[in-house]
Parts: sequence; C-alpha cells; structure tokens
Amino acid sequence: MDYITLIQLLDSTVRLATPLLLACLAGLFSERAGVFDIGLEGKMLAAAFFSAALASLTGSVWLGLAAGIGASMVLSAVHGLASITFRGNQLISGVAINFLAAGMTVLIAQDWFAQGGRTPSLFGGARFEPITLPFAEAMENAPIIGPLYEELISGHSILVYAAFLAVPLTWWILFRTRFGLRLRAVGENPAAVDTAGVSVVGLRYAAVGIAGLLCGVAGAYLSTALQAGFVKDMSAGRGFIALAALIFAKWRPWYALWATLLFGLFGALETRPDVIQAVIGIKVQGQLLGALPYLMTVVILAGFVGKAIPPRAGGEPYVKER
Amino acid sequence: MTDTAPAIELKGISKAFGPVQANKDISIRVMPGTIHGIIGENGAGKSTLMSILYGFYKADAGEIFIAGRKTDIPDSQAAIAAGIGMVFQHFKLVENFTVLENIILGAEDGRLLKPSLSKARKSLISLSEDYGLNVDPDALIQDIGVGMQQRVEILKALYRQADILILDEPTGVLTPAEADQLFRILGRLRSEGKTIILITHKLREIMEITDTVSVMRRGQMTATVKTAETSPQELAELMVGRKVLLRVNKEPATPGDVILDVRGLRVVDDKGVERLRGIDLQIRAGEVLGLAGVAGNGQSELLEVLGGYADGTGSVMLNGTPLDLSGKKSDGQSRRARGVAHVPEDRQREGLIMDFQAWENNVFGYHHDDRFNSGLLMDHAAIRADAEDKMARFDVRPPDPTLAAKNFSGGNQQKIVLAREIERNPDLLLIGQPTRGVDIGAIEFIHEQIIALRDQGKAILLVSVELEEILALSDRIAVMFDGQIMGERAADQTDEKELGLLMAGITDTENEHSVAEVEANLARAGGDARKEV
Repeated sequence: MDYITLIQLLDSTVRLATPLLLACLAGLFSERAGVFDIGLEGKMLAAAFFSAALASLTGSVWLGLAAGIGASMVLSAVHGLASITFRGNQLISGVAINFLAAGMTVLIAQDWFAQGGRTPSLFGGARFEPITLPFAEAMENAPIIGPLYEELISGHSILVYAAFLAVPLTWWILFRTRFGLRLRAVGENPAAVDTAGVSVVGLRYAAVGIAGLLCGVAGAYLSTALQAGFVKDMSAGRGFIALAALIFAKWRPWYALWATLLFGLFGALETRPDVIQAVIGIKVQGQLLGALPYLMTVVILAGFVGKAIPPRAGGEPYVKER
Repeated sequence: MTDTAPAIELKGISKAFGPVQANKDISIRVMPGTIHGIIGENGAGKSTLMSILYGFYKADAGEIFIAGRKTDIPDSQAAIAAGIGMVFQHFKLVENFTVLENIILGAEDGRLLKPSLSKARKSLISLSEDYGLNVDPDALIQDIGVGMQQRVEILKALYRQADILILDEPTGVLTPAEADQLFRILGRLRSEGKTIILITHKLREIMEITDTVSVMRRGQMTATVKTAETSPQELAELMVGRKVLLRVNKEPATPGDVILDVRGLRVVDDKGVERLRGIDLQIRAGEVLGLAGVAGNGQSELLEVLGGYADGTGSVMLNGTPLDLSGKKSDGQSRRARGVAHVPEDRQREGLIMDFQAWENNVFGYHHDDRFNSGLLMDHAAIRADAEDKMARFDVRPPDPTLAAKNFSGGNQQKIVLAREIERNPDLLLIGQPTRGVDIGAIEFIHEQIIALRDQGKAILLVSVELEEILALSDRIAVMFDGQIMGERAADQTDEKELGLLMAGITDTENEHSVAEVEANLARAGGDARKEV
C-alpha cells in the first residue's frame, strides 16, 4: 500500500467517523445523565430527512441543518417526556423512536417529493461543500506533509471540523464546569443531586436536549455532506454503532474519538477490499468488517479488555425515596 | 434563654398518603443549641416528618417556623436556604466523585468548577478543624470508609451554612467506636450553637446525647420530655403503647452434643475475592452462637454457604456427618432435608416473594412435602390450612393468608418466614438479622421464639449487626472481621466495648485504642466491606 492510498483511506475514515462521533457524543451526554438512548439511530434518520428536505425546498443548507436539528430535538423531547417525566422504560421509548423515524421519513418524503421515498439530489448551496483550508494548494507538492494536509486535514465540510471540535468541548463541559459536574452526578446518583437542591428533571432534559442537537447535526451531515440527498434508511445502523463506540469508549469523550475513528476505519476498509488483500494477503469479506464494531463491543462487555462501567443510575427513572 | 425563638417550631403538621395518615397534627419546638431526639418504631412517621421539614413532601396542613419566622419549604433548595441540613440514613453521595466534588455539588459558586473547588478546599480545612471532622478532600467516596462518608455528609450540610442538622438513624452502619466519635462531633456542634435533630430507634443513643426527646407512635407525637427526666423503660412504653421487656428473659443454656462443626471453611466470591478465610466454629445443641461484626465482613457468606446457596471449601459436619459444600447435594433443598432451617438476612429478597400471598410464601422450600401435595397437583386447601394455623400461632397480623407478603409490616413478614422455618423442627437454625426493620413489640416476640427453640435443644447460629441483640440472645459470641473469626467470648463475660474492638479487627482488647486506629483497620480490610451492604 502506498502513501497516497493510506491518506485516501484515512480521509474516508474521517468522513465515515464524523456521524459516528457526533452520535456517540450525543449518547455520551444522555447516558452520563442517566438516560439510556437507543434512539440515536432514529433521531439521526429523522434529521437526515428533514435537513435534505428543507435544503432541497429552500436551497439553503443552513436552513436544512436547522430543520434537521429541530426534528431530532422533537424526538429527544418525546424520549424525555416518556422516560423522564413519565418514568417509562427508556429502551422501549428508544425503540419506538427508531421505528417512528424509519416509517415517518419515507412516508413524508413520498408525500412531499413523490420520488419513491427519497429527496431530490442536492447541489450547490443546498449541500455542505468541502472547505479548502489556507495554503492547502500551496502545500500540495510538499513531500509527505503536503498530501497529508491537502487530502486528509483540508477539504472536509464544516460539520467534520465541528464534530472534532466537539470532543474537547464535551470534555471541558463535563469535567470543568458546574453543569458538567451536576450532569455526571445525576447519572451516578440522582438522589445526591436532588437533596442538594438541584432539579434532576431539569438536568436530564438538558442532557437529552444536547443529545438531540448532536444527533441533528449527525443526521444533517449524512444527507447534506456525506451524501447529496436523503434515501430510505440512510442512517444504516450508525446509531447502533455509535452506541457500541460509546461502550467501547467507556463513556469518555476522548476515548469516544478514538473508538469512532477505529470504527470509521473499518467502514473505510469495507469499501476498499483491495487494500486489505494487499496488506494481509487474504481476501476479507466486507460484511465481516461491518460486524467488527459489534464483535468488539461484545468482547468489551464480556470484560476482556478492562471493565466498562456504565453510569450507575443509567436506565432508571428517578423516583424520590421516602 | 426564655425569650429566644425556637430554632424549629412545627405547628399542627399533618400528612396522609392515600388512606394512611403518616403524620397527624404534630407540633414540636426545638430550641437552638440543643440536641433533640425523635424516637419511634418503624412506620411511626419520623422519616415522613423530617422529609416534610427537608422539602421532600408537602404537608397537608400545618406550619413551619424557622428561628421564629414562618417558612414555606416546598423543596430541598428552600430547606437549604432556611439553614437546614440533612444526613440521610442512606448517604446521598456520588461514589466516583471526590469528597470535595461531593461537597460543592449543588452549592458551586459559578459556572466553572475551579474557583469553587479551591474555595471549598479552604473552608473544608477550617470546618474540619473547628468541629473535629477530619476527611481527605481528594479521596474518592468509593475508597473511603462509612464513618468518613458520614462526616462528608455532615460537612456538606455545614458548607451550606446549615444551623439545623437532621440526622436519620446515623449509627446504623457504625461500629461502637465510630458512633462514639460521631457523638463527640455532635456535642461539639451543639456547643457551637448548632441545633441537631437525631432520629433513631436506639434508646441508648437518646439517653446518651440528647437534651430533649419526642416520641412518635402511629403518626402522632405521644410525648416530648427532657431526657434527664425520663428513662429507657418509659420511652419504650411510650413508643409501643404498652409495657415491654427490654431484656430477654432466659435461663442459662444447657449445651448438649456438637450439632454443627465447621473447620477451615473458605469461600471465594465470583470476583475472586476470598470472603471467608478459614472459619472454625462449633455450635452445640441448646445454645445460641451469636456472630457479631460490622456488616460485610463475611457473615452473609457464612450464612449463604451453610444455607446452601454458595459454594465453599473446608469441612462442615452436621450431627457428625459431612455436609456437601459444592455440587448437586449442596443446595437449599438438600440442606433442609438434613435439618437445617434458614431465616435469611434479607427477608424481602431471599425469604419471601413479595407479590405472592402469605399462604404461598408459607411453603417455599417445603413445597415437595407429601402433606402439601396430592399426586401431581399441589394441595392448596392443605397449604392454606397450614398457613392459617401458623399465622395464628405466630400472631401474624392481619391473620389473612390471602394477603400479599408486601402488605404486611416488616415484623409480620419476619414472623411468616420464622414460622415457616421453625415449624419444621430443624436441628440447626441459621438466622440473619432477625429483627432488622422490625418494631419493638415484634422484636420481643421474635426473641422469645428464638430462646424457646434453644430451650428445645436446637443449635442456633445468630447473625446480627445489632450488638445489643447479640448480647441479649447469645450464649457464646464470635466476632468476624475480614472473613475471619477474631475471637470468641462467653456472652456474660464481655461487653460492647470489647466486642467493638474485635469488630474492628483489634484482638488486643486489654489496652486503649484510638478511633483513628479503628478506622484505619476497618479501611485496610478490603477498603471497608460495609459499603457493599
């Protein structure tokens, strides 16, 4: 494998890791606050559709992004209502959201655009275009660093950069701010937060809201940056892989970055079987790579590679004790 | 002094949960700079009253005055603002946070943590010095002992400038030495002008530390008296509403043959930690062996392996024949067949199925008996009749076998389990925490049953975290610490102080030992096993 192939591979790793990373951080906020969220997939899908639809109708990708975030946050609010206010089962609420999004997006797409459940192809201002960073072209011919900068670091859409910046930001919020301290506390022992005179419900809604925002961006990225338009079920299990990455990352922001990059690499290799064959000499089925994130998660959960301890109060609605 | 307003005054507080009147027209005055005890049986309404004061519940009627001013307390925030701090029975701490983080949680000064943390560190040092509350600000809660965790809870309240401190059953998880240290801290807080409300069911603590005491019974305040002018006997009667025996009436034991002979018993838990590290003990017919120890030092594991639901290694002889400690013949069923009855420590999880009716609970473990079966089917009529009979003889109230187990009070639940196990005429009775969560009236009855069984010539292994109970019932007392037996004493030749040292793993009971030494020893034993309880 030559250097250029490697750069290309890493470049597509970054593209594929971006939605995983955003969704993973979304799950991180929600689960750190004690609300399990298997509805990441559904929220992403809904956001993907509404972003593409609005972008297509208005010609503005930014309006599309706003619509995607809005749709995702509406679903988050549903999840919050079911699992925080009404203390329902968080897994069931998540499953419901996934089904709702899968059906609703296609239905509305057919009604609005009559193109077999997809949106028209997006172009121009209706898409997030790659950004060329300063000096990228000037450095193109520099050895080693040139292609690295020009191909890998430069030339992504703004959402990719936003996703990567979200990692240190998430870390800072969680571990350096009052909000973060309370958010982590509410996922570990909500009674401690409650008796300290802070609203458990308020904190959990805030966390679920942030999750909605991040899933919205992830969905918008799928349909307006990675692809040019919405197609049925385009989230393709990324929400679940993000959950797997979250466990793999032990609910920590920096680990989440590495986990999603690793899973992104698997995704990138899936499309380049020739590279694998060149490196290890055996032909590997693409499906095997697709299954790897899940296999690795099972290994992690079985406790082979350190212990992944989820937030202690995760999954349980908070009921005041007597 | 007479013209100062009370620190807390409650007037006519009432609170109902559905048809249950938890608090009925309660009035109380607590003067500043005093320790006021509230004593009552389980379910008397003590915790409800304090929850109203801390803003967890809203009273249906009544008024609260803090320092003479009428105050509404709709939530915990309002309670904190009014200068009330509460130390709950089950600590409200975040396990994987540091002490410092737990203290500032909810009382941060700004959006960023750093300034709050450094300010809290400074004030923590001065608070620690003022009141003798030593803690390590940077330790994680999960790594410190229960005693220190409790001090963190007190510091949390003081950091929020609480003038009124409510402690709910604070000594339940402490060794006697730690409890003494807590009382010294409370005394110091009182001398600094803080007002303290101490909720407990232990008469000894009320007599030792409080200035005034209120007694609650069935949601009502039955009396408020000066501690100096009352006696434990009088308080117990006020709590229960009739005369009670505080001491167990029993004759000296007449031990017979060795029934249970345990040698070198070891148990390794599923995390690979050795929980029993070579236990040797014997129990003879007609004697009660009390097993004392701070919860989590291996007592539960001993009961489990003897009761047949954990595997172990070593030798256990029952009536001279070995018991299987692993494999097919080591389950509860085989144990019962050998004459071992077991009243488990956690009756609600291991002794009963809470949603099942009393008559169904009555046959668990004995459901294969011929007299409960007719051919393929169970003989419901026979089981019911048996349950009715037992409930009458054990005075289970209400005596209704069709009521679900969860609808009985703790004491009556325990009677159901006890009746099931004792009535089978076992050779060996294993009994864990027989009176945990049981009110005084029922305690008396349960204790009588245990002694009666002993006098019939049975061997009894009693595990309890209540030293008083161990001392009252046992003929011999063995003390466990960190999976080992630290020593054995005749019950009439020892006292709480000596047992307390053994419970902390200190075998040299002749000399004086400091509280710090006790704590260090407890912490050394696997990071204080009590937290798992």
